[in-house]
Parts: sequence; C-alpha cells; structure tokens
Amino acid sequence: MKVLEIKNLSKIFGNGCTKCLEETGSFTDSSICPHCNSVVGVNQINLELKKGEILGIVGESGSGKSTLLQLIYQDQKASKGEIFVDKYFDENGDKKNIIDANLNELNYLRNKLISMIYQNPRLGLNYRFSAGGNIAEKVIGSGNKYYEQIREKAKFFLEKTEIPVSRIDDYPDKFSGGQQQRIQISKALSSNPKLLLLDEPTTGLDLSVQAKILDLIKVLQKEIGFSMVIVSHDLGVIKHLTDITVVMKNGQIVEKGLTDQILEDPQHPYTQLLVSSIL
Amino acid sequence: MRYAFLDEDAKKEIRRAILKAVAIPGYIVSFASREMPIARGWGTGGLQLTLSLIKEDDTLKVIDQGCDGSVNAVNMRNFISSVTKNKTTFDTKEATIIQTRHRIPEEELQEGQTLVFQVPMPDILETVEADTYKAKIMHANEDYSKLWVLLYEDTSLYGDSRISNRYPVIVENRYAMDPSPIPKYDTTKLGNSKALQLFGAGREKKIYAIPPYSEVKPLKFEDKEFQVETFEDKTCERCGNSGVFLDEIYDENNNTHYYCSDTSYCDKTLEKRTK
Repeated sequence: MKVLEIKNLSKIFGNGCTKCLEETGSFTDSSICPHCNSVVGVNQINLELKKGEILGIVGESGSGKSTLLQLIYQDQKASKGEIFVDKYFDENGDKKNIIDANLNELNYLRNKLISMIYQNPRLGLNYRFSAGGNIAEKVIGSGNKYYEQIREKAKFFLEKTEIPVSRIDDYPDKFSGGQQQRIQISKALSSNPKLLLLDEPTTGLDLSVQAKILDLIKVLQKEIGFSMVIVSHDLGVIKHLTDITVVMKNGQIVEKGLTDQILEDPQHPYTQLLVSSIL
Repeated sequence: MRYAFLDEDAKKEIRRAILKAVAIPGYIVSFASREMPIARGWGTGGLQLTLSLIKEDDTLKVIDQGCDGSVNAVNMRNFISSVTKNKTTFDTKEATIIQTRHRIPEEELQEGQTLVFQVPMPDILETVEADTYKAKIMHANEDYSKLWVLLYEDTSLYGDSRISNRYPVIVENRYAMDPSPIPKYDTTKLGNSKALQLFGAGREKKIYAIPPYSEVKPLKFEDKEFQVETFEDKTCERCGNSGVFLDEIYDENNNTHYYCSDTSYCDKTLEKRTK
C-alpha cells in the first residue's frame, strides 16, 4: 500500500519558461535557468513510499531537500506535478492530488494524515500556548471535542517523549531546546498521522540529545507504524533511521536505493563525494 | 432635515450589508461606517444600524448595560428621537427596535422585534490571532482550534473558562461569532431567539447578524457543562426579583447591594408588587 506517491513534481521560483526544467539539473550543475533566470528548486521528482517505510533525503544545501518536504506539507505550492496521499480522496472515492486541496481539505490533511517536524521548534509550536495546549490544538483540529480525552492524549504523548507530565501546563519557552523539540514531536504524533515529515529534526542539538531524539523517533515509529520522510545532511542520522535513501542535487534525484547500499556502494559521483566526506 | 439623520445612499448601503449579514448568519460584513455626531467607539455601529432600519411607526428603546437611564442610552435615545420624532419607550414588550450596549433584556423578545447590539470588537478571533488577515483565513477555513485551545488551557488551570463576558459562540454550526461584551449569562438567549439580532461595530466598520430562530451554541467541550453566572440566594433589593442578572453595587461603607441589571424589568416587577 502506497502512503505517498509523487509524480513529476516541480517547483520553479520566478516566472519560469518552457525550457526551465530541461536546461537545469545535476548534469548542468545549476538550478538557474539560463533563459529566464528562474530558480528551479525541485525538478520533476518521482517518489513512492509504502506503509511503515522510512525514506531519507540527503543532498548539499540548496539541492531542494527542504523545498520538496514543504511541497508535500503544502507550506509551498508546487508549480507542476502530482502528490497523492493514502486516505485522501475526491468525491468519487478516487485518489486526489493534494496540490488541488482547498483550505478545508488542507486542514484535514494536516490534522489527520500528515504531520511535520521542523528543525526549529518555533515553526512547529505555538509559544503562546502551553505544552499541553499545543498538543490539544492538533487533537482538537482532528475533531475531538472531549476535554478529558484531549487531556489524556496530551499526557500520553508527553510521557512517550519523556517530558515530565507535571509540566504539561508550562509554556514552551520554559523548556530546554531539546525538550522543545520533543514537545514538537509529541504534537506532531498526537493526531495519529499516516505520514510524518521531518526537516533536520536534530540539527543544532547536542549529540546526547540528538541520539535520544533519534532513538525516540525510531521507537515511536516501530510502535505506531507511520511512514516517514526525513531530510538531513547528516549521514549518521540517515544511516540510523532510514530504510531507503534518495540523493538530491540541483533539484533532481541523482541516486535512489536502499540506505546501506547507497552508503556502502555509492554510484553517482556526487554521492561518492558525499560519502567520502564523512569525518 | 432628512429623516433619521443618514442620507438615503448611506441607509441603502447599510441595509445591503445587513441583508448580507442576515443571509450568512455570524459572518462579518464590512460596511462604510459614516462619521456620526458621537465619537467612534461610543456606539456608532449600533446607531447606524438603528437609523437605517427605523421607520415612522417604530417604537424605540435604548439600553446601556440593561439600564434605560444611563448616559450612553439617554444620549442615543435623545439623538435618535430628535432626528426621527419617533415614539420611545422603556418597555421591552412595547419596543420594535431595541438598541443595546452589553445586555439582552430579561423579558423574552418577540417576533417582529429587532435587537441592535453596539459592538466594540467584532471579531472573536482577535482574542487569539492579532493578524486580521490570518483571522480571515481562519474563518474561511472554519479553523477555530485556537479558541478551543484557550478553552482547554482555562479548563486545565481553572476548571472552566475564565471568560465572563463576550463568550465565543458558534452560529448555525459554522461561524465563530463575537456576541459583544454581554455577560456569559446572556449567551444562551442568543440561540433560537424570536427577534432579529443585529450587531454593528462603527469604529471597526463591521456588521453581522443572527436571524430569528438560528442555532447559536456557546463554545464548550462535549463532556463539560456550560455554566453561567448564578446569584444563588441573592435577590434584587429594590423589587425582590431572583433568577435575573443582578448588578453588584458597593456603597460608601463597602456593603454589597444587589439590584436588577434590567431596570425596566425591575420597574415592572415593582409596579406589579405595589398594586
């Protein structure tokens, strides 16, 4: 069963012209269209993700990793292409391109099907709400209007991410950076998403906290069974977490395969460079 | 001098906004708020609604926090009657248009009556989202989770919502609406009302409405009761009424006294009692 299916997805920043997609990419070593100077962030990407699978996206900065994630979460609108998500249908019961989702449907997608964890917890959390309130926002958004159930859920997920439940009514800026990140994870998971998107979830945290959070994500993933797409430039994180990996360069996928395969036997020159650069 | 102060174009424009507001219960309609002879923020929204609706055979009542005699009410009534020569009254039952600030009369309103609210801040989302552009998208999206989180946090810390007036309501299962700063006590009267309820915010240039017999529900969790103010064993010291909204008043010796907030209802009860 496919949880996520991406077909020919492109994102062009700028006016764009008919030649943008053909004349940019890894083979020209540029994302800038020589004709119209538009920047091609994501260039005709095809991807599939099955239930319970974990996909890693690696690549140099500016290669379009985060843009791709934002296109899936609809933080940005794609220029061309299709994205299908499991359990998202049109009126006839056929799978529907989420790029065509209206505001209401987008809410449904974000509250029930997809969750995003940002590198910076400030993007994922509302700092005017308490830790419990942040989780409640997501639970309420998914349609639950029973106070006791909401409260229980908030406690449950805080416990899961090892935040002391007694601090449920504290505000996020009263917590440390690592704890804030864990609250963000609690919030993202509280709606029981089918697909979890992670954008550099541990970058900027100290190593022991990094390891803790990665372990936590892995345990929760095994327990709950959601699919994940994780963007990172840290190959350690990719190795630790993912089953399959794609390597991006200049908006295109240059290599795709099982994670150990890619790390042990890289084929594309850029991947070889990347793997050999591990300190 | 023209009837009811406003020129006909202004009335037409305001009536059009009213029609739209009635057609989409709870939805906030923008209108071109006119310069009035009172300062904005002192009831110009309600005043413009009343002036654009009033006809020669209408009977007008104006109250300010339930009282026919407080300054804002008296000035409004004097102004409106000076530009219309209409009949005015203190009697809720007799009035066809009731302009009110922050209260709904105790006596149940009837079909054909119009209740006009003066509204300071028309958008309830303003309490949780400072950016009006975002608030507009939230309304369009029916995304009221921030209001719910506020309720959640109050319930967690205090056992119930802390909002004493201007309690958020959901109109016809669609729009979250600001009922103006009426006490929580009055919130339940908004729903299934026989009278048309119009809300005008002159400074903010907004009009919205609850048509008669609309469903209006206060924002509350399914497993929690909606509780309004109770005055337990307190009664009005003047007329002896209980089960009404009472004002708490302190005298110079710091003793607490309770009187009906709705003065016309208080007068009526007193009259019945002395007969």
